[in-house]
Amino acid sequence: MTMPYYASPEQLMRDKSEYARKGIARGRSVAVVTYADGVLFIAENPSSTLHKVGELYDRIGFAAVGRYSEFESLRVAGVRLADVRGYSYNRRDVTGRVIANAYAQTLGEVFTQQLKPFEVELCVAEVGDTPETDQLYRLTFDGSVVDEPDFVVMGGQAEAVSANLREHFLPGMGLAEALRVGVQALSAVSPATSAGNGGPSLLSAEQLEVAVLDRRRPKRAFRRITGAALRPLLDRQEESAAVGGEEPHTAAHSPSVPQPGTPAGLGEPSAPDSGGTAGSGGEAPTT
Amino acid sequence: MSEYSAGRSGFPPAYLDRVGSSFTDFLAAAAPDLLPGRRPVPQLPVGDVTPHGTTIVSVTYDGGVLMGGDRRATMGNLISSRDIEKVYPADAWSVIGIAGAAGIAIEMVRLYQVELEHYEKIEGLTLSLDGKANRLAQMIRGNLGAALQGLAVVPLFAGFDLDAAPGTTPGRIFSYDVTGGNYEERGYAAVGSGSLFARNSLKKTWRPGLDGDAATRSLVEALYDAADDDSATGGPDPVRRLYPIVYRVDAEGAVRLTDDEVAAVAKIITDERAAAEGQG
Repeated sequence: MTMPYYASPEQLMRDKSEYARKGIARGRSVAVVTYADGVLFIAENPSSTLHKVGELYDRIGFAAVGRYSEFESLRVAGVRLADVRGYSYNRRDVTGRVIANAYAQTLGEVFTQQLKPFEVELCVAEVGDTPETDQLYRLTFDGSVVDEPDFVVMGGQAEAVSANLREHFLPGMGLAEALRVGVQALSAVSPATSAGNGGPSLLSAEQLEVAVLDRRRPKRAFRRITGAALRPLLDRQEESAAVGGEEPHTAAHSPSVPQPGTPAGLGEPSAPDSGGTAGSGGEAPTT
Repeated sequence: MSEYSAGRSGFPPAYLDRVGSSFTDFLAAAAPDLLPGRRPVPQLPVGDVTPHGTTIVSVTYDGGVLMGGDRRATMGNLISSRDIEKVYPADAWSVIGIAGAAGIAIEMVRLYQVELEHYEKIEGLTLSLDGKANRLAQMIRGNLGAALQGLAVVPLFAGFDLDAAPGTTPGRIFSYDVTGGNYEERGYAAVGSGSLFARNSLKKTWRPGLDGDAATRSLVEALYDAADDDSATGGPDPVRRLYPIVYRVDAEGAVRLTDDEVAAVAKIITDERAAAEGQG
């Protein structure tokens, strides 16, 4: 039996983090964006069966990037937890926070105890009755959980997409508008568009996986937008991009006064990019 | 720490380990105490001290299928509930009605609803109608021990078959026995204590290819006839404004008819019978 070389805990953690980060950055990005009626998931995903976005429960959705087999087993575990809780208590007692916590604990444990960390990044999104009560939890490979306002971008060139979104995102956008902003941000860095190796300037319906959590739907808020429903939405945005150029935003999209209860810095018409990714919650302790 | 909440270390192993898209199978591994079939069977017959649901009727029509149930539950010679609901949507395209021990039956319906939704979420697909019918049979089979002590649950299952071949009727009905036997019915079916009278009524009023309104009438009339002759089946109750629960499943999905719609149908039937000098 060979003796393992000594490596300091710091070194081990650094190596694991680097390994996981690399794996996650290799994939394509997913953007989770809040809009007026709920939460919009946009993933660059040419497969129509291997989903990156899924339904966890009535008001709760899931998005992931990284290694498919790993996030798929986490998604199934999330569905199971939600269904078991809903069955043994009540449907109203299933919250995004409970599921996000379970993910955080599991990811944290795998990260510290196992040789190979999960190469995944997850987002658990929950819609409430009003836009103020919508929640986006971002979970990273080491079990950190962050409660993000407005939007979450994960995987691939997340930084670049995030910067692009920060510039164009406005609270309270309609579905078509939010989709336009999101697809434009993903297309700007995608290897499948002119930003990468030539080709069209925007990702097409076949290259996208789109779903919403729509708070207006009665019980199960999750709905995929595919094929015939997605194409008109995307066409509309190409037109508006062609006509309006880079300045499609009008005052109609931003409230003239901040909504009551809006955190400082959000909904400022003069500073549309102020609603960025300033994380409101601190990182949860990792186990 | 209970089995069904995530512990300090996140998901218990069973949540991550096993591959499978059945909620019941998962519960059997992770929290078997939540399953109705896993509890000790009572030593003595307890049928008379638990509420029992009674008559459920289902009929097909040209656009799908209808299911209705009366509102009575009985406990021995007493009426234990006048407004119980015994027909439920199982998922968007199917409905389930239950006769028998009400407590176990309602628990089974809840479990079955989660089972179908769970499969849908995990697989991203809806089970076929035959698959759903089969799954229900397995649940009934698990209850056989309790059934022999007077806690039988006999469901009626109906749905709109999205894969129906052209020319066949898309509305399909499945009935069950206490051993989990699963039989597809042609045209109409009834279960519960008043089912004998309901079936006889349907025999005279139902014909293949009825439209939705005629089928609704046929169904409500069958429940009326069952209530007429079976003490455990409740008739329409205009005093308390309680009417049978009727679900319609068509290409648009399962919807519950409003009380006003059912009340109107029930009123036509009672008026006609009154006009026949009480001989109807």
